[in-house]
Amino acid sequence: MRANTMPSKSIARNASTLSCLLLLVAGCGDGGGSSDGSAAAARSYEEEFRLALETAVPGDVIEVPRGTHAFTRSVTLNTDGITIRGSGMNDSVLSFAGQIAGAEGLLVNASDFTIEDLAIEDTVGDALKINEGRNIVIRRVRTEWTNGPDAENGAYGVYPVQTENVLIDGAVAIAASDAGIYVGQSRNVVVKNSRAEYNVAGIEIENTIHADVFDNVARNNTGGILVFNMPDLPQLGHSTRVFDNEITGNNTANFGAPGSAVAGVPAGTGIIINSNDKVEIFNNRIGDNKTANVLISSAFSAAYSADRETASEFDPYPEAIYIYDNTFGPGGTAPDREELEALRQAMFGADGSLPDIVWDGIVNPDLDNPAQVICVEDDDATFVNVDAGNGYQNPDTDIDAHTCRLPKLVEVELALAP
Amino acid sequence: MIGASSTRRAAHTFGGLIALLLLSACSDPPQVRLYGPDAYPERLSAWGLLERRGDALVLGAGVEPYEIGTPLFSDYALKLRTYYLPPGTAMRYRHAESFDFPVGSVVSKTFFYPTRGGAVLASSGWDGDVDGLDLDEQRLVETRLLVRQTDGWDALPYVWDGNDAYLRLTGDVRPMQIALADEMVPLAYVVPARSECASCHATDHTDGRLQLIGLKARHLNRTYPGSPGNQLSLWAARGDLTELPLPAEVPRTVAWNDPNADLAERARAYLDINCGHCHNPAGAADTSGLLLDAHTTSFRQLGFCKPPVAAGRGTGGRPYSIVPGEPDQSILVFRLETTDPATRMPETGRSLSHREAVALLRKWIAGLAGECA
Repeated sequence: MRANTMPSKSIARNASTLSCLLLLVAGCGDGGGSSDGSAAAARSYEEEFRLALETAVPGDVIEVPRGTHAFTRSVTLNTDGITIRGSGMNDSVLSFAGQIAGAEGLLVNASDFTIEDLAIEDTVGDALKINEGRNIVIRRVRTEWTNGPDAENGAYGVYPVQTENVLIDGAVAIAASDAGIYVGQSRNVVVKNSRAEYNVAGIEIENTIHADVFDNVARNNTGGILVFNMPDLPQLGHSTRVFDNEITGNNTANFGAPGSAVAGVPAGTGIIINSNDKVEIFNNRIGDNKTANVLISSAFSAAYSADRETASEFDPYPEAIYIYDNTFGPGGTAPDREELEALRQAMFGADGSLPDIVWDGIVNPDLDNPAQVICVEDDDATFVNVDAGNGYQNPDTDIDAHTCRLPKLVEVELALAP
Repeated sequence: MIGASSTRRAAHTFGGLIALLLLSACSDPPQVRLYGPDAYPERLSAWGLLERRGDALVLGAGVEPYEIGTPLFSDYALKLRTYYLPPGTAMRYRHAESFDFPVGSVVSKTFFYPTRGGAVLASSGWDGDVDGLDLDEQRLVETRLLVRQTDGWDALPYVWDGNDAYLRLTGDVRPMQIALADEMVPLAYVVPARSECASCHATDHTDGRLQLIGLKARHLNRTYPGSPGNQLSLWAARGDLTELPLPAEVPRTVAWNDPNADLAERARAYLDINCGHCHNPAGAADTSGLLLDAHTTSFRQLGFCKPPVAAGRGTGGRPYSIVPGEPDQSILVFRLETTDPATRMPETGRSLSHREAVALLRKWIAGLAGECA
């Protein structure tokens, strides 16, 4: 990757460009107009950073110094091959608490992009959005709304969409009003060593093909890790592996915007698979999620589309879901859905819990073998098909029909430099 | 410098050439000069495209104003649009896409407001009379250039300060007070950074190349204010435009504010120019699955009963982009009414709500038949 092999020369060059511009602007005051304070703005780090991005050439490394740097407008990068590097996610902070314009903090429309060791705080909308691009590395970046969970917070923390070859490593995402780490409509993705807390959705993989999500911590979100397919989009996702994660205590009340997809996530959900295919869940520690440790549903029982039209070409059914070797803690003790709570009491008693794996039971009528939908190879896992398609009339905890194996998915290999 | 200064038409004749050689007096129009990507001038006046002389704005020789039927809303700013073609060249007509301009072309858009006291006025339009413009009663804010270099269009934002405008690659914020119909409100007018020009002009977000937006047949197929005859016919007649088909074959979108035009066509014209540069099948907003350009025919893709994908609180708590008959349930109306930077649309270039357009879209949606399941 170019960004890592080219010399770091940008700061000096950009600093001199900036001085040049300042001198020229200062020399132009012959018109008698006032400068409206723009000269003061031009001296700020915001302007320096913005100018570095505007004038960047492939190979540039833009270093963000220590300190909290105030931004009033979103910043856009359109140049390939750029690295943005801070001194640490607690030391180099881009703060958008005073933002007046732009829907993101940092918007990147470029490939071969690396961002590392900094934080983006308190943006009005998404913190870091990367829209189309290949070879994206997001390393030790923190996105946070410092006021904690709030419906007025921005939607997404780390948000690559329509990207390919994406590494998110060591990120921290806190208090997004939608998803902390949200990978949309992408291909070949690794999310690892990251921590998502106090978001509505901790980590969400949506309409993405080939994603590995491992060694992460998702706790204190409304839902921990989500693997979704949404209708009306150019790409339907499949083939996601979720393994070696800690997914615990995701019981924060849902503070998502009504009408958004995650507004339908019940508080207290560890993993949710919705309408996605070929999802492998293994070797995770999942517990203390009060609705369900694992929830598997079709689009029909997801609140985002329960009473809405679905595009005809959309596949609403989850299929080829393979769950094995996980360690389950307590869960399903107090479901955040009336019908699930009623079911818990009816089936498992006042002090009982829903099983570890809860499935809405809605299948494609063209399939005749339930093993094509879900296979479970967890010795201690408990299971329930809640029969949501028939008004929860015949829930079934028999796991035998789902004791089966599916071909394992291959590891995601990123074509990135180390 | 990649081009010579001259007036385009003067260079066609010997007499014109003599006239060109004699040009020097201050009353003569500015002469256009072109610059390569590494040598952009700090001052707008260096281009010779338009110049402030006292209280008059003077266009450069060969710089032609034009108007489009339905413009992008930019916080009620008025706009003077011009194009410049190198001598002896012409733009090539295209049916749906923007016209094909030769290297060395420059398109400009100057944003200005009428003023009263210390405030600027929200205004619905102007008469297009550049010569009649009294800058003592107008506030020039910015001039954006699109320059056709050998490898494509390049965007440059210039911000007015006194008698000239100055290149501001990082954009700017210009605080002002604006008088709307019934109230005075503060306006933090945002001049886009150069990269943000691409937020609209990279209409194919995958290739990222800047494109013209307004210079398309369907937007230009009209008269220039105060001028007789169709703009495109005039351009073809003076040799600026080639391959113009017969008038009946040239598409035309209605003016969004034409009370005599079809309501749905007015609404679609507004959505096309204000949203279609991102919300098209190749645009930055194809991630949403919502397509609002003129060529989209699927009701679902246009937002009818379409749930949001990644709107976050941009839903405004509403279920679908458009709920027929229910403007107050339609996300699209929320997005255009709100001034919250996190949720307003378009994301770039608007701080105020365009009340008259919102009223139009409300009326359109209120009259739509059907219901969402």
